[in-house]
Amino acid sequence: MALSRVVITGVGLTSPNGNTLAEFRQSLLEGQGGISRIDMRYMGQVLAGVCDFEATKYQKRKELRVGTRAGSISIYCAREALADAGIEADQLDSKRTGIYVGTTEHGNVETENEVYNISQFDYDTKFWSHHHNPRTVSNNPAGEVSLNLKVHGPAYTIGAACAAGNLGLIQGMQMLQLGEVDFAIAGGVSESIRTFGIFAGFKSQGALAEHEDPNKASRPFDTGRNGIVVSEGGALYTLERLEDAQARGAKIYGEIVGYKINSDATDYVLPNPERQAECMRGALQKAGMQPNDIHIVSTHATATPMGDIQECEAVREVFKDCPDTHVNNTKGYIGHAMGAAGALELAGNLPSFEDGLVHPTINLDDLDPKCDLPGLVINKPKQAKRVDAILNNSFGMLGINSALIIKRFSN
Amino acid sequence: MTKDECKQVVLDIIAEIAPDEDLSDVKGEIALREQLDLDSMDFLDIVMELRKQHSIEVPEADYGQLASLDSCSEYLTPKFNALV
Repeated sequence: MALSRVVITGVGLTSPNGNTLAEFRQSLLEGQGGISRIDMRYMGQVLAGVCDFEATKYQKRKELRVGTRAGSISIYCAREALADAGIEADQLDSKRTGIYVGTTEHGNVETENEVYNISQFDYDTKFWSHHHNPRTVSNNPAGEVSLNLKVHGPAYTIGAACAAGNLGLIQGMQMLQLGEVDFAIAGGVSESIRTFGIFAGFKSQGALAEHEDPNKASRPFDTGRNGIVVSEGGALYTLERLEDAQARGAKIYGEIVGYKINSDATDYVLPNPERQAECMRGALQKAGMQPNDIHIVSTHATATPMGDIQECEAVREVFKDCPDTHVNNTKGYIGHAMGAAGALELAGNLPSFEDGLVHPTINLDDLDPKCDLPGLVINKPKQAKRVDAILNNSFGMLGINSALIIKRFSN
Repeated sequence: MTKDECKQVVLDIIAEIAPDEDLSDVKGEIALREQLDLDSMDFLDIVMELRKQHSIEVPEADYGQLASLDSCSEYLTPKFNALV
């Protein structure tokens, strides 16, 4: 059975260094990061990527009070994606529209807030909020979008650790191909900077970055890297079957032509380069492409000492004979946006189909020899001969790997 | 506490939980839900804020007493005055 081709027709995002694709792209090409110090309950100041989108653009203040930050980020991104796609929310066929939001985790923020709240009342649970359950159910971010858009199709989250952004897109594509929906809003979001537990967990793991200059803290592939900068953010895309997009004359950013999801089954946190390479090869096989057909590999590397080396080993193995393949990383600018990471990092690279520029990996002052990859774009944007396909890596804890391939659209 | 002061306490709570609402002309005798965009969860918020901010308990059987500003003040003013 020939499956429908699925294309990206709109992008909505918020990142610590931009609230539109144009702003985000400009920041990436100018080397502009978005990391700052914030106060963290119980911990003092920590480094984080904070988004400053206008939350009241699409929500009432009461909705912001009742809902979650992840829900608000999702609503902003979904609405911005629809606007970018040239579609009004009330034009959607509401029963045929699906919402698929990747998340690393959900509920930590809200639960920590409630525990803190009742701590002010001698831990008397009668002060526990009745909003807690609707805020913490796993589908909250997608459900808030469905409420906001009045969409009646399937709306749920995909929990996939930090591979979730890619998995949201893959889920949206699959549901379009299955004919379950005619229009998908898909990607990933994260509110993780509002939970001390994520920071404290990384710190206890020895994986929380620190640097006197916040925008130098996230240093993928650099010898001086010392861990992750946690960020919030989101990127949601509108996905349509090609024939539907063409029928309405939609702008087409690119076509999703390949993907693969697999599992390491080796460790809770340490990645497995063999499985990562297998994941990339699987995506290539699904796309019917060879490694040298890929012109940008957007890496997942989070700037942990071991994780970066492992991914580089996998990328080196798959793309060892590919002189036209460029490799970059986006976390040096925005930190690790967790569930949003894969979706945001893809968005940052999409404009390369138009301008042929590859944004660089920044903060790379002293390249770790174990992370030396042919094609690694360092500190300055590079003009590629051409950019026809992007492979977007996104990996997560418990060994979940994902690779997504977007191709320049061509009939 | 007077009944008017009690109404103001309730209005202050509503201002927190429904910050988009215009509270400048809320009629005392008309049900709050008929004048404002409030749902059942919002009324639970009013109950919670009375508990948190003023140590006032409103049993579930009495939730109907919070229907309007007038009924709020009739019901809550004695509770406030019993606190002091």
